[in-house]
Amino acid sequence: MSARKPYVRPMDGWWRRNPFFMRYMVREASAVFLAIYAVILLAGVFRLSQGAAAYEAWLAALTNPLAIVFHGIALLAVAYHAYTWWKVMPKTLPMLHLAGRRIPEIALSAGGWAATLAASLVVYVLVRGV
Amino acid sequence: MKRANEPIFWSLFGAGGVLSALLGPILILITGIIAPTGTGMPPDAMAYPRVLAFAQSWCGKAALLAVISLFLWHAVHRIYHSLHDLGIHAGAGAAAVCYGFALVATLATAYLLLIIGF
Repeated sequence: MSARKPYVRPMDGWWRRNPFFMRYMVREASAVFLAIYAVILLAGVFRLSQGAAAYEAWLAALTNPLAIVFHGIALLAVAYHAYTWWKVMPKTLPMLHLAGRRIPEIALSAGGWAATLAASLVVYVLVRGV
Repeated sequence: MKRANEPIFWSLFGAGGVLSALLGPILILITGIIAPTGTGMPPDAMAYPRVLAFAQSWCGKAALLAVISLFLWHAVHRIYHSLHDLGIHAGAGAAAVCYGFALVATLATAYLLLIIGF
């Protein structure tokens, strides 16, 4: 074992030093809320399989103020994920051309944001009942 | 040389990323805020008979399985890779916990949708 103690640059809290890294970590943290939400839905499917009383108990649990606060934060986090997902999407694609011109990245991102709005509207109308 | 398994996990991450970008916000809004507070929806929108009929249809089963499992495959991939950013040197154990959780949840959802019937 070596007696040397080489200097290791401390990295604690590195992401708090720069707004760009802050936004990156907020985006990564949105995954935690998405995972908890998926588990809540899975619990709902489990309670649904147990019958009406169990399912209604799951619905009642969702009216707890803490549950509503959680979903409010999760909504913001996942909406931020959706925003960033479409924002970086053009960088993951090969360059796309239309009529000899490169399609600008912002047009591709705008298409994604529009798709989210359209899909949200369709889901809302379907759940509400036409 | 051993083939990397990263493309499989990345594909599931990508599919979950697209699905959650399209549907994540509206689903959280409906099931987590609109339905529990009873604003902007008829009160029976998420009532037992309606949701049961949805979960008994092929469309409903496919939608529930896709949403629950792909949201989780997306999330665990991100969480696993973020451990490094938090200074946690994650190894094979952490990968097994993350991806194993998504796999178990996927199988559990499929099983529950099967016993809910048609």
